[in-house]
Amino acid sequence: MTNSSHSCDISLAVTGSGGAGAITTGELLLQLSGGNGCFGMMRRSFGPQIRGGEAAALLRIGHRPVECMDDSFDLLLALDWRNADRFAEEINLRPDSLIIADPAAGEIPDSMRELGVEIINVPMTALAKEVAGGRPNMIALGVLAHWLGFCNDRAGKLIARIFSRKGAEIVAGSQAAFNAGFTEPLIAEARSARNLPAPGEVKHDQARWALSGNEGCGLGALRGGIRFAAAYPITPASDLLEWLSPRLEQLGGSLVQAEDELASINMVIGASFGGVPSMTATSGPGLALMLEAMGLAVAAEVPAVVVNVMRGGPSTGIPTKSEQADLNMALYGLHGDAPHLVLGALDHADCILTTEWSVRLAESLQTVVVVLSDQNLAQSRVIIPHPEYKLPPIPGRQVAKRTDSYQRYQLTDSGISPMAIPGAPDLMYVADGLEHSESGKPSSAAADHQAQLDKRQRKIADFDFGDHWAQCSGTGETAIVTWGSSAAAAREAAERLRALGTPVKVIALRLLLPASPDKLAAELAGVSRVLVVEQSHSQQFYRYLRAWYEMDAEIGLLARPGPLPISPGEIVTQIENWS
Amino acid sequence: MVQQASTIPIKPKDYKSDIKPVWCPGCGDFAVLNAITKALAFLELPKEDVALISGIGCSSRIAAYTSVYGFHGVHGRALALAAGLKAARQDLTVLVAGGDGDGLSIGGNHFIHACRRNMNLTYIIMDNEVYGMTKGQASPTTAPDWLDSKLTPGGTGIRPFQPAGLALTAGASFIARGFSGDPNGMARMLVEAINHPGFSFIQVLSPCPTFRPEQMDWKHHVRVSEQETTDDPVLAAQRIQADDGMSTGILYQRQIPAFQPGGKPPVAEVADFERAFEV
Repeated sequence: MTNSSHSCDISLAVTGSGGAGAITTGELLLQLSGGNGCFGMMRRSFGPQIRGGEAAALLRIGHRPVECMDDSFDLLLALDWRNADRFAEEINLRPDSLIIADPAAGEIPDSMRELGVEIINVPMTALAKEVAGGRPNMIALGVLAHWLGFCNDRAGKLIARIFSRKGAEIVAGSQAAFNAGFTEPLIAEARSARNLPAPGEVKHDQARWALSGNEGCGLGALRGGIRFAAAYPITPASDLLEWLSPRLEQLGGSLVQAEDELASINMVIGASFGGVPSMTATSGPGLALMLEAMGLAVAAEVPAVVVNVMRGGPSTGIPTKSEQADLNMALYGLHGDAPHLVLGALDHADCILTTEWSVRLAESLQTVVVVLSDQNLAQSRVIIPHPEYKLPPIPGRQVAKRTDSYQRYQLTDSGISPMAIPGAPDLMYVADGLEHSESGKPSSAAADHQAQLDKRQRKIADFDFGDHWAQCSGTGETAIVTWGSSAAAAREAAERLRALGTPVKVIALRLLLPASPDKLAAELAGVSRVLVVEQSHSQQFYRYLRAWYEMDAEIGLLARPGPLPISPGEIVTQIENWS
Repeated sequence: MVQQASTIPIKPKDYKSDIKPVWCPGCGDFAVLNAITKALAFLELPKEDVALISGIGCSSRIAAYTSVYGFHGVHGRALALAAGLKAARQDLTVLVAGGDGDGLSIGGNHFIHACRRNMNLTYIIMDNEVYGMTKGQASPTTAPDWLDSKLTPGGTGIRPFQPAGLALTAGASFIARGFSGDPNGMARMLVEAINHPGFSFIQVLSPCPTFRPEQMDWKHHVRVSEQETTDDPVLAAQRIQADDGMSTGILYQRQIPAFQPGGKPPVAEVADFERAFEV
C-alpha cells in the first residue's frame, strides 16, 4: 500500500543498536500521534539480547484505526546500521520509500543501497552534540514529527512529561534536540519535493485509547472479576502479569509469583476453590506444563482462566515473535475426556471483551477457559477508538445454599451444580480429581463416570453462547475464515478487495471450543469460496475447521508459520490469484 | 461468605467422614487421621473453616476421610493448591497432607518453595519410604540398598533425602517429626504446628505393613527427643544430621513473619485503571 492510494496512512520504522533509543523514539512518536488526533499502531522488534542489542520500532500512523501493520514501509530511519540486516525481512521497503540515515553511522549496508531507495543524510549525531543533554534519538523524533506534520508545542510538553523524572537538564536537552530535528531544512525540502500528504493535526471528538493486547487481556480479566492470579514469568506474557500485579493488590486481591507453571495453575485452582475468581497467564511451554492440572479443574469443576500468549514454537522456538500454533494444545491437550472452553482474542480491543467473557464463562460454567492471544497482539500498542462492547448477561458462579443434603456434583438439568465455598457451614465436601459420585465420594462405577462425563459435557453443550462466537463483517460469495490476530489482517484485506470491486466477507472465530457448526454454516450461506487464514505451519486451524464444521464451499488455505505476522497484502494476493 | 457459625463439634470423630479408607490394615496413616481429628477437636475449629488439601498416593486419600472442606488434587501439587487457597482465603485453617513420593519427589520443588515462602500452612508428610499405591517402588526417602522393588532390582543406589534437613535448608520455620505409633504425641505436635504462624512441617514416620513390613519394627527404634526445641538453625542442622532420623519432637521452631499476599482493603475500582488508557 503506497501513500498515494492511502493518503494518511504512513508506515515507518526506527532502528538502532542497543542504547540508541530507537524504541523510545517510537513510543514517543506513537504518543505524539495520539496527541495529534491520529490513530496508530506500534510493534517492537528486538534481537535475542537481554539488554542492549538491536531494536526496531515499527509504526503505522494515520487517520483511521489500524489493527495490523501494512505490507511495506514508507520510511526507515536508521540511528545506526549495526545488525541492520536482522530487520531486513521485517522492514520491507519499496523503491519509492525513503531512508533517513546518519552519516556518522558509516556506510549504508549494500543490502539497503541495492534497493535504490532515496536516502537523506541527516547528521543526527552531530546535531545532538550541539545541544547540551541532546541525544540523536530525540533529533530523530523531531525529524519524524516534522515528517508527519505534527506540531512541535505538543512534543515539547510530551517530552517534559515523560522525562520529568530524569531532571530539568534532560528535559531541556531533549526538547532542544527535538527542535533541532524538527527544524532540519533537509526534511522540509524532502517533504515538499515529494508533496507528501501527512496526518498533521486531526481534530475530532472521538474518545481514543492507547492499549497493548496484554493490557487489554489484563483489563478484561479485572472487569470479569478476577481477584487472584498466580504465574511464572514467561515471554510474551510477563508484561500482562506485571500490569495485573499492582492492580490486583489495589482491588484487594493479589498476584503470587509461583515457583513454576505447575504451581501457578494449582494455586489458581486452590484460590478459585476458595471462592475467588482466579487466573494465570503463560505462553506455550508454560501451558504445556499446566495441562495436567487443567484436567483436574475440569474434573473437580473449579473455574479457572488461563491466558496463553502464543509465541513461535515448539520448545523455546522464537520466544519474542508471534505464531498461532498453540491451538491444537489448547483444544486437545487435556488428558481424558475433558470438556472445556477455548477462546481467541481478535484484536487489541477484543482482548478486553474476550478475556472478560472468558472469566464470566469460567465462573458460570465452573470449568477451564483458555484465552488465546499472541505476541503480535500482546506486545504491540495501538491507538484505537474507545473500546465499547456489550456482553450478554451471564449468571455468575452458582453458590450453594445451606441444606442438609448437599451434593457438590449433583446431576442437574443444566449440568451446573451449586458450588459450596469453604467457610459455609454444613456444605463441606472434597473436590476431587478422582471420578466421583454426586456427593463427591470417589467412585469408579461405570454409571457415575458416565453421569459425570455427561454432566460436564452438558453444561457446556447446552449453554447459549449467543452472538459473540465470531466477529463477522461484509458480504459476498468469497469469505475469509480466520481467528486470532490474523483477523485484523483479514479485515483490512477484505476492505482493500471491496475497494477493488471484490466483495469479501470475514468470519473471525472468537469462540473456538465448543465449536459452533450451525452458526458458521448459517454465516456461510451463499458463500462459494472460503479462504482459511492462519499463522501455523501444520494448518492447525484448517484441520480444526475440517474436523468440526461442514463448509459447503471451495476451500483455499493461507497457512504459514511465524515469526512475521500475516499481512493484508498476502491475503489480497491469494484471493486475487484464486482462479 | 460465612453464613452463620455452626455448632462447634467437640469430638474428634465429628471431623471424620463416613467413607471407609482404602488403607491396608496396620497402615500408619490411620493414626495420622486420628491425630488430625484430635488436634482439630482440641482447637475447637469449626469444620467449615478448615480445608485439608492433598495430592495423590495412599496417604493423600486422607482428604476424603475427614468432614472438613477438602481437595484431592493432582500428584505432587497439594502445597501449590493450598498456597493459592490460603492466598485467597487467609481466614481458613489450611492443612496439607501426603506421602514421601508426592511431597519430596514429584512435588519436591513445591516443598522447598513452600518452606521458603512461609505461608501459614501445616504440611504433614506420611513417610513410609515407599510408593504404596503403585505397588511398592522406591521413594526419595528409601535407603539405597532396599532390594524389594522390581523397578530398581539392585536397589536405587541413591542416598535418601532427610526431610527435616531439607525443610530446614529450604527455610521452613517449624519442623517436627512424629510417629504413627504415638498418635497423642502427634496430635499435640499438630496443635503446635497449626498454631505456629508460618509454614509448619511435620514428617510422620508411618509404616507400610504391605510393602515395607520391616517398618513394623520402627516402634523399637523411635524415641522422643529429649532435647528442647531450638530456634537456632545451625544447632537444628547439627542435631538433624547427627540423628538417625528416628527422634521425634519439634526439632526447630523460629518466629519468622508469614507470607500472606493480598488481604488489603480495596483502594481502587477497575474504572480507575481505565482512565490511564485515555489518549
